[in-house]
Amino acid sequence: MDHTSTLEKIVRGILIALVLVFFLFPIFWIVLMSFQTNETILRIPPSFFFEPTIANYQALITGTLKTAAGNLDIAFMRNLGNSILLSTAAVILSLLLGVPAAYAFARFRFRLGEDIAFTLLSFRFAPPLLVLLPLSLYFKQLGLTNTYFGLVWVYQLICLPLILWIVRGYFEDISPDIEHAYRIAGNSWWKTFRKIAIPLARPGIAAAGLLAFIFAWNNFVFALILASADKQPVTVGALAFVTASGIQYGQIAAAIVLSITPTLALALYAQRYLVEGLSLGAVKG
Amino acid sequence: MTTAAQARPRARRLNWGRALPYVLSLPALVVCIGILIPFFTSLYYSMLRFRLNLPALKGFIWFDNYIGFLSDAAFWKTVQISLTYAFLTVGIELVFGLGIALLLQKPTRFNNIVSILLLLPLMTAPALAALMWKLMTNPNFGILSYFVGLLGFTNFKWASDPSTALLTVTLVDVWVYTPFIMILLLAGLRSLPKAPFEAAALDGVPRSFVFFRITLPMLMPYMITAVLFRLLDSIQQFDIIYSMTQGGPGDTLLVFQVRAYLEFFQYTNVGRSAALLIILWAITYFLSHLFIKQWLKLRERTHGRA
Repeated sequence: MDHTSTLEKIVRGILIALVLVFFLFPIFWIVLMSFQTNETILRIPPSFFFEPTIANYQALITGTLKTAAGNLDIAFMRNLGNSILLSTAAVILSLLLGVPAAYAFARFRFRLGEDIAFTLLSFRFAPPLLVLLPLSLYFKQLGLTNTYFGLVWVYQLICLPLILWIVRGYFEDISPDIEHAYRIAGNSWWKTFRKIAIPLARPGIAAAGLLAFIFAWNNFVFALILASADKQPVTVGALAFVTASGIQYGQIAAAIVLSITPTLALALYAQRYLVEGLSLGAVKG
Repeated sequence: MTTAAQARPRARRLNWGRALPYVLSLPALVVCIGILIPFFTSLYYSMLRFRLNLPALKGFIWFDNYIGFLSDAAFWKTVQISLTYAFLTVGIELVFGLGIALLLQKPTRFNNIVSILLLLPLMTAPALAALMWKLMTNPNFGILSYFVGLLGFTNFKWASDPSTALLTVTLVDVWVYTPFIMILLLAGLRSLPKAPFEAAALDGVPRSFVFFRITLPMLMPYMITAVLFRLLDSIQQFDIIYSMTQGGPGDTLLVFQVRAYLEFFQYTNVGRSAALLIILWAITYFLSHLFIKQWLKLRERTHGRA
């Protein structure tokens, strides 16, 4: 198809440029805002040229904001720490639970196997509040409200189905012959699983883990309902921050930048796997 | 085959082998059972008169919460706004996603870089994306408010005006999720067999004809999968709407989950909140069934060929 005319090339170029502007401008603009003082942010018309300042980030990192009215405490770094802790713990737990289960579903045809697999997948699609609202009452009785343990447990709702279904697809695509041969050579099942199956599925496990991390990080509603300020991740913390200090726009922008940087960096790093992971393996990337 | 024959004499091994899949998958299930219980609790609550502030009135009322909805204008408003939101966002995302996928179809280095960059909005937490757009649409200094001002719309209030609130949250949803549809359709487009297109080019078939008679029909399974998946998510949208407007202004954006949240925490009416969520669950259950069927078919096709 070499008959693309110059006109068509130009039109394509313009359209792609428009697409890039629409999808990247908001990120670009928030990054610019995060390096501005409130004064330059409030300037009309908005300007691309200003004296950059890192005061917003300084205020967030030191945890105090000096304003004319006095010092304002910002707990945002705590939110960032919570996000890291919750997402990491949730992904590790769901890898430990999900990878063996995925292997079982891929390698064995067993009674109730598909039923169990579909029950686990259906968590991905049910309205989260359906489970969360009664859970908030139970958690109160069990003393799990506002604990990391309770939150990490609930995070399994999004992490487990993802890991289970992506890793299962990977195991299914690997021929079981190597494992059979290794077993016949006299090795135990456990050793075969550890030495053969897991290393072969490693790209799938890594991809699923990264995606689960991103989804856990981006989750909003679990912590909104089950956590108070000191355990909240960035998604909820940023909203609370906006409500609490509604006019510190520079700091709000800086907080958003700090909150989205980890997932965006991971996404760029792992982009090869994203397509397959996002569609639960329905489409090959 | 040989392994089974060899294993037969060793009866203990075989028993262990039969239990193995359960041993492997049960921990995952057990962790989730704690989460299955609340589901049934919700079902039970939905048949209770249950208000946290009036515990004395608690009682079993069968389907009265549901029957109450039938004559409740607020409930029908929620159904209407949820469906409008879901179809509007997914419709726009499908058109844009398909358009962008077609633009980037050729697997050149430049196109690949563009498609990777377009993943960034999708990887932004929707709740944070809503805050970003809230800053950009701030009436005092928001860059978008400034732009529409230049176009002659002074006093354009975005999410704080009932007549433009839906438009604003739709814009955020489109920003976040169009890349999802784009990326699926791009993978679909690039995996289509080349032969029909080469034949059409040889025969000098017009390109609009190729698009409507070859590309679209062949891409249809991918489009259906992507659209079902997005509808399933979009009808449950909470993060974007809640962080942008908390369901307001007034009752403009009270979609299912936002209304259920407010019923629970603001009006402490647990029974009504649960009934709303059960209705939403029934809708998503139906959609997820369609989706899983479609998804398995597609998965078989792409993996079978690979």
